[in-house]
Amino acid sequence: MTKLIKSGAYAQDVYAPVADDAALPDGPVLVSLARFHKDRDTLLARNTPVGIRLQSSENPEQLGQDVHHFALIALEFPKFRDGRAFSWARILRTRLGFTGEIRAVGDFLYDQVNYQHRVGFDAWEVPDNFTIEMFNRALTEMTNVYQPSADGKKTIRELRAAR
Amino acid sequence: MLTANRLRDGDVLYRKGSGWVLMLADADVYPDQASADAALAAATAETVRNEIIAPYLFEVREVNGKIVPVKEREIIRAAGPTVHPHTGKQAGQINA
Amino acid sequence: MLNTLVKQVDPNMYRYDEFDAQFVGERVEQFAGQVARRLSGELTEDQFKPLRLMNGLYLQLHAYMLRVAVPYGTLSSKQMRKLAHIARTYDKDFGHFTTRTNLQFNWIKLVDVPAILRELADVEMHCIQTSGNCVRNVTADQFAGATDEEIEDPRPLAEIIRQWSSLHPEFVFLARKFKIAVGACEKDRAALLYHDMAVQIVKNAQGRIGYKVMAGGGMGRTPYIAHVMSEFVEREDILAYLEAVLRVYNQDSRRDNIHKQRIKILINAIGPEEMRKRVAREFDEIKRAGTLQLPQDELDRITAYFAPPKFETGLSDEMPEAGTDFANWVKTNVSKHRAPGYAIATITLKTPGQVPGDATSAQMDIIADLMDQFSVGEVRVTHEQNLVLPHVRKKDLPAIYAKLKELDFAAPNAGLITDIIACPGLDYCDLANARSIPIAQTIAKKFENLDRQHQIGELKIKISGCINACGHHHAGHIGILGVDKKGVEFYQLVLGGSGAEDASIGEIMGPGFGEHEIADAVERVVNVYIAQRKDGERFLDTYRRLGMAPFKDAAYEKAAA
Repeated sequence: MTKLIKSGAYAQDVYAPVADDAALPDGPVLVSLARFHKDRDTLLARNTPVGIRLQSSENPEQLGQDVHHFALIALEFPKFRDGRAFSWARILRTRLGFTGEIRAVGDFLYDQVNYQHRVGFDAWEVPDNFTIEMFNRALTEMTNVYQPSADGKKTIRELRAAR
Repeated sequence: MLTANRLRDGDVLYRKGSGWVLMLADADVYPDQASADAALAAATAETVRNEIIAPYLFEVREVNGKIVPVKEREIIRAAGPTVHPHTGKQAGQINA
Repeated sequence: MLNTLVKQVDPNMYRYDEFDAQFVGERVEQFAGQVARRLSGELTEDQFKPLRLMNGLYLQLHAYMLRVAVPYGTLSSKQMRKLAHIARTYDKDFGHFTTRTNLQFNWIKLVDVPAILRELADVEMHCIQTSGNCVRNVTADQFAGATDEEIEDPRPLAEIIRQWSSLHPEFVFLARKFKIAVGACEKDRAALLYHDMAVQIVKNAQGRIGYKVMAGGGMGRTPYIAHVMSEFVEREDILAYLEAVLRVYNQDSRRDNIHKQRIKILINAIGPEEMRKRVAREFDEIKRAGTLQLPQDELDRITAYFAPPKFETGLSDEMPEAGTDFANWVKTNVSKHRAPGYAIATITLKTPGQVPGDATSAQMDIIADLMDQFSVGEVRVTHEQNLVLPHVRKKDLPAIYAKLKELDFAAPNAGLITDIIACPGLDYCDLANARSIPIAQTIAKKFENLDRQHQIGELKIKISGCINACGHHHAGHIGILGVDKKGVEFYQLVLGGSGAEDASIGEIMGPGFGEHEIADAVERVVNVYIAQRKDGERFLDTYRRLGMAPFKDAAYEKAAA
C-alpha cells in the first residue's frame, strides 16, 4: 500500500487513476498522456480537477498551454536510477510556470526526496512505512545548496554575498 | 565453487557447507551443476541477512592435485594483486 | 607524520568557508547514515550501490575501493599528509593516483568509510561524485597558474563548476557519468577533447576573455572526439550554458542500453548541429530566468584564492649544473615557468618496474615535505598519473632531484615511452578482463635504457584492462587493450591515438597478443618508427604519415614465426 505526503503531511488522494480504456468516473481523475490526447476535449469540459501521469520519457513541454488545465501532474520514476523527471519538474515550475501539484510516483528512494523537493515536487506517493518524520529529515540533511533550483532556496553564493 | 563478498569489509568469501570461509583452499567444490546451483540459490536467499553480497559461481579445475580456478580473474581474486604480492590473502592478510 | 624540520605552507588554492565546510560535513553524515542503513538492511545492495558510487565507494575484486576527489588536481601538503595517514591507518599503506587526478585506496572496509570521510573533511577533502551517474571530479591543466602559455588560470572556473555541480538536484541521476575538464591554452594537457564536456578559456576577436565549450567526447567502447558546442560563451553565462548542455543530455539521452547512454552517443545520434540547436534553445530559457548568471565579483572572489604566489625577483634564470643524471631529468621533467628563475617540475610515478600512479604513505609524506620546502606547499596530480611541483626555484632543482632519487621517483621519463598510463586492471578491478599494471612494468623494463628512451622521444603508451578504457588506450600513441579469451588475458594494439590538442582515436591493429608477447610486439612497432622516421617526427607523426601497414607487418611478423 502507498500513502500520499503533501505539504509535509499525510493527505487524502482524491484522484481516481483511470485506465486508458476505462470509462471516466465522476470526480477528479488521473489519466495517461495517451488518454489525455484521446479525450482532451471531454476531460477539459468536465467541471472537476484532472491529473495527468507522465512516464519518464514524456516531456511535459509537449503539453504546451494545456499544462495549466491540470491540477496534478504525476511524474513517474520507473526505476529510481532514471532521473529524467528531475528535469521535467524543474521545467514545469521554472519555465512553464505550473503551480499545481507535482507528485513523485513509482520507484524512488528516501535519499532522492530532497532533490525532488528542490526541483519542484510537492507531493510524494510513498510506501506505508515512510513516515512524516523521515520526510522532514530527508529535507533537512543538507542545510545549504550551491545551485538555484525551483525551490527558490537561497544559494550559498547568495548567502555569502549577504554576509 | 561459490564466492561472495562480506558486506561490512568487502573481504572475499568462499562457500563451505552452509557457511563461508576466507580461503579458496578450504572451501567446497561442487561436483555438478545441480549442487552448485543449489548452493548459489541458498546463498542468494541469504543475502537478505545483509552479511554477504554478490554471490556467484566460478569454475575450477585440478592441477597437480590442487584446486585452481579456470579464469585468471578468480586466481587473482583468491590470492591478491599480482603486482603487490605482499598484500591480500597470498600474504596471509585477512580481516578477522 | 610531519617532519619537524619542515614548516607546513598553505598554498594559494581554494579554501572552504563556513558554508563549504558545513556542506561537506553534512554530506559526510548523510553518507554515514546511508552506510548504517545498508548495514542494518534498510537499504538493499541494489539501492545502496548507486548511493555509494555517488560517494566514490566501489566494491572491487578484493575489497571496497574509495576514490578521493582531488579537484582539478590541486593538493596542499596538509592534504597530502592526510592521504598518507589514511593509507597507513585504514589501507595497506599505499594509494593510487588515477587518470581523473583522484586518489584511490584499494583495501577499504565499509564500516571504516564514515571515519575516513570525517578525516578527509578535516582537510577540506571529500569523495563527492567521484563515481556514479553524475558530474565527476572536474579536471584541469596541471600547469595551471604556472605556465606562460595560458590565457588565465583555469582553476577558478573549475572550482566554480565543482560547486555548481555538487549535489545538483537535477543532475545526480543522469543516464551515465559526466566528466568535465577545463583548459586555458592551445596546448592541451587535460585531454579536453575526450571529455563529455570541456571548457577552454579563449579570447575573442575583440580581446575579450570567454569560454569555448565542447561536448560529446569520450573513451569507453565507442570513442569519440568532442564537438564544439559554442565557440564563445560570455563569462557570466558559462554556468547557464553548462546547465543547458546537462539538461538536454538528461532529457534526451537513451536509458534503455547502458552502453549507449553517454552524451557522446546522443550527440552522434542526432548530430552536432541538432545538439547545438537544442542546447541554444535551453540556454536562452535558462538565461532568461537569470538565476544562474555568474557575477564578476563572484568570479573575482574565487580567483583571488588562486592568486599566484609572490615570486622572488632577481633570481638567475640559468639552469644549475648538477651532473648528467640531473641534466637528463631536466630535459624531460622540467618545464618552463611563467616567472624568471622558476620552473615546473614533473615527478613521474613511473620509475621502470613501479606500479604507475602508486605511492606509499612514506613517499607521500616526503613529497609533502618537498612541497613545503620548494613549491609553496602545493602539488598537482596529472591525468597521466604523475605529480607536478608547480612553482619551484630553478636553483632548488638539484636538491629536489636528489630527494626524488631517494624516493625512487626521479625517473627522467616524462612524456617518454616508460611514462605509461595504466588502469588498475585485473589486479584490482571488478570490471577488468586483463591485467594492465604488469604489462606496463614489463614494457617499462624493456625500454629502461635511458639513451634509448631519449632517442625514441615523445611516445605515449596507455594501457586499459578492458573496453571501459580507464587507461585511455584510444588516446595512446600506442594503446594497449586487455581482452579476455576464455579466461586468458590477451592484449590488442591500438595505434595513432592522441589525447592532446591534436586529438585522434587510435586504430585497432588486429588480433591480440599473449601476455608474454605484447612487450616484444611493442618493441617491433617502435623499431619501425626508428627506421622510418624523418627529422623531428614523433612516433605519432610517423604513424600518421605511414599508416598502419608497416607497423602491423612488423608487429605480427615475429608473433607468427
